[in-house]
Amino acid sequence: MTVSGLQGKLSSTCPKTCPILPNLQKSKSKACCKRKTENKHPGCDRRPPASANTTYQDPPPKSRTIKMSTAVRGKLPWPLKMSYDKQDTLLKLFVLSIAAVLSFSTRLFSVLRFESVIHEFDPYFNYRTTWFLTEEGFYSFHNWFDDRAWYPLGRIIGGTIYPGLMVTSATLYHVLHFFNITIDIRNVCVFLAPLFSSLTTLVTYHLTKELKDVSSGLVAAAMIAAVPGYISRSVAGSYDNEGIAIFCMLLTYLLWIKAVKTGSLFWGAMCALAYFYMVSSWGGYVFLINLIPLHVLALMATGRFSHRIYVAYSAVYSLGTLLSMQISFVGFQPVQSSEHMAALGVFGLCQIHSFIDYLRAKLSKEYFEILFRTMALFVGTAVTGVGAVLMASGSILQLRCLNVSEHQPTTWSSFYCDLQMLVFMFPVGLYYCFCRLTDANIFIVIYGITSIYFAGVMVRLMLVLAPVMCILSGIGVSGILSTYMKNLDISKVQKKTKKTENYPIKNEVASVVIMMMSLFLITYTFHCTWVTSEAYSSPSIVLSARGGDGSRIIFDDFREAYYWLRHNTPEDAKVMSWWDYGYQITAMANRTILVDNNTWNNTHISRVGQAMASSEEHAYEIMRELDVNYVLVIFGGLTGYSSD
Amino acid sequence: MATSQANVFTVVSKFYDEYVTTTPQRLKIIDAYLAYIMLTGIFQFGYCLLVGTFPFNSFLSGFISCVASFVLGVCLRVQVNPQNRKDFLHISPERAFADFVFAHIILHLVVMNFIG
Repeated sequence: MTVSGLQGKLSSTCPKTCPILPNLQKSKSKACCKRKTENKHPGCDRRPPASANTTYQDPPPKSRTIKMSTAVRGKLPWPLKMSYDKQDTLLKLFVLSIAAVLSFSTRLFSVLRFESVIHEFDPYFNYRTTWFLTEEGFYSFHNWFDDRAWYPLGRIIGGTIYPGLMVTSATLYHVLHFFNITIDIRNVCVFLAPLFSSLTTLVTYHLTKELKDVSSGLVAAAMIAAVPGYISRSVAGSYDNEGIAIFCMLLTYLLWIKAVKTGSLFWGAMCALAYFYMVSSWGGYVFLINLIPLHVLALMATGRFSHRIYVAYSAVYSLGTLLSMQISFVGFQPVQSSEHMAALGVFGLCQIHSFIDYLRAKLSKEYFEILFRTMALFVGTAVTGVGAVLMASGSILQLRCLNVSEHQPTTWSSFYCDLQMLVFMFPVGLYYCFCRLTDANIFIVIYGITSIYFAGVMVRLMLVLAPVMCILSGIGVSGILSTYMKNLDISKVQKKTKKTENYPIKNEVASVVIMMMSLFLITYTFHCTWVTSEAYSSPSIVLSARGGDGSRIIFDDFREAYYWLRHNTPEDAKVMSWWDYGYQITAMANRTILVDNNTWNNTHISRVGQAMASSEEHAYEIMRELDVNYVLVIFGGLTGYSSD
Repeated sequence: MATSQANVFTVVSKFYDEYVTTTPQRLKIIDAYLAYIMLTGIFQFGYCLLVGTFPFNSFLSGFISCVASFVLGVCLRVQVNPQNRKDFLHISPERAFADFVFAHIILHLVVMNFIG
C-alpha cells in the first residue's frame, strides 16, 4: 500500500487536531494519518498520555522530526534505522554501561601497580571479621567475643560493629561459591567497593531522573563515576564501611523521593528497608534520619504538606525506627538519644498537622476555632507535663559535645582537588532547581546546603558532599546544554522558524558555550583520573620508591614482619605495639595484641605508651605486668618513611 | 467561659452527627480498627508505667507495633477516601490495601524479631 493510498483511505478518520498534543498546529496533525498506528505522531511516542502525569508536572520534551523518505532511511546505519524509542533506550543503556564500567576501572590503580591487597588499617579489621563470618556462620559472628585483642580485656565484636559490610561480602561470597565461581574472600573484599561504586552510578542516574529528567541523570551518573571525593574512600582494597554506605544512602534517598512523589505505602516501606540497610552499614545514618525530617519540615513551612508526604514520612519513620533498632550497635538510641529526637518531633508534628487539616475540612470556621483553642490548651499542658517528667529523669535532652579534634576543617584546595568543576557547577544546579521547585527539588536543595556545611567542618565528610554535588552539577550542566543546543543551526530546516530573534549571532554564541562546556567536562575527567592515580591509590602497606638508577624498589617490610611473627612465635604469644598496627597484627600475624585502632580504652593505651616512653628497666616491669612476649616497633629513619 | 464550654460540647456532638451520616461504610470500619489499636496502645503504655520498662525491647516492640499499625491504618484511610482522589491518582483502593498488607508483613516480622 503506498503512502498516498493510505492517506486517501484514512482521510475520513484523520483527526483535525492531534489527540495527544492538542496544541499542535493543524498542518502537522495530518502526519498522524501517515503512520499506521494512531499514536505515532511526532513527539507522541515520547510522551505518555496526558492524564497520567498531572501530579508530576513534567513539561513535554521538545522533539524534532527529520522528514525523510523510506529510500533514504534504508541507507542509514542500523542505529538510526530504529524508532526514536529504541534509539533513546540504546543511548541510555550505552552511557550508563560506560559510566558503570568506568567507575569500576578507575578504582583499580593500586591493584595494577602492586597487587590485590587490603589497604591501610581499618580495612584489615573488616577483612578479619568478614573472614570469621564466612568461616563460622552468622550466629557465632553475632555473639563473637574476641579475646585476641585488648589483652586482657577482650572486645565484644558482635555488639560494637556495623555488620552491613561484612554481611554483604559474605553473602556475595556464598552466592558466587554456590555457582562454583570460587573467588577467594580476600578478593571479594578488595573488589567490593568498586562493584558498589558501579551500582552507585546507576542509583544516581535514577535519583537524578526522579528529580529532574533523563539527561540530567546521565550527566550525574557520568560525573559520580569519576569524582575523587568518592573515589578516595572506595578504591579497590579500601574495604571500609563508606564503600557501601554511599550506595545505601543514595538508594534510601531514591526510594524516599519516589515515596514522596507517589504517596504510596509500598515505596515508603521499601525506603524503610533501604534505611535499615544504611543503618547496618555506617554510623553516618544519623545524617539521613535528620535530613528526611528536615525535608518534611521544609515542606510544611512552604505549605506543600499533603497527604502524600504524610503517608511517606509516617511509613518511613515508624518502620525505619523499628528496623534500625535491630542492629545491636544502635540499640535503643533511636528513642533515647538527642540526635534522633528531631525525627520523633517531626513525626508528632505530621500527625497533628494531618489531624488539624482533617478537622478543618470537616467543621465550619467558628466551630473549628473553639475546638482548636480547647484542644490546644489541653494538649499543651499534657506535653509540658510529660516533658518536665522526662527532663527530670534526664534521659532525653543530653546534648553530647562531639570531640572532632582528630578531623581537621576542610581547605579550599581540598574542595577543588576532590570536586574540581563541580564546585562551580553546583550553584548552577541550585538555580535550575529553584526555577521549577517541586517537592523533590526542595529535598536536594536542603541536602546540598547541609552537606556543604558538614563538609566544611570535617574533611572526612567530603564523601557525603560528593554525590549531591554530582547530582546538582548534572542538573546544571544538562540545563545549560539543553538551552544552548536548541540554538544551534545544524540543519537548513531550522532557518524557516518563525521565532523572533532575541539576540544576534545565536548560533555562534551557542557553539562557543557548548565548546566551553565540553572543555570543562574533558578537563574534569583528566583531573579526576590524575588525582585518583597520584593521591588516592596508595595501599599504605606496600610502599615503593625509585632507586638511584630509576628502577622501582618495593618495601614490603610490614608484611614480612607480620608473617615472621606468624611463623616464628608460639600461638599464644602477646605482641605489644602502638595502636596503629593492632588491626593488621591480628589479621595477618594472628597473634594476641594489647591495643588496636578501636581506641576504646584510653587508660590501656596510655599504659602501653608509658612502657614505650620509659627507660628500659621501668619499661621491662610494665611489660612483665602486662604479660607481653614480643614488642613491635616501626623505624622509618633509613628510608625516610613519612609517618615516622 | 461557660458558653464557650457549652459550645465545645455542641461542636463535638455536631461533628459526631455529621461523621455518622456522611462517612462511607468503608472508612467507618477503618476508624473502628484505629480506635481499637489506640486503646491497645494506651493500655500497653499504662502497663509500662505501672510495672516498669524492663525488658525495654519487649515494651518498645509492642508499643511501636501499636503506633505503626495505627499510622499505617491512617495511611490506608487517607488513600481509600474518595475525597482524596486527586492526591493519589495512580493508587486504586485495591493497590492501597495491597501496600498496607506489604508494610504490615514487614512490620510484624520485625516486631517478632525484636520482642525477644
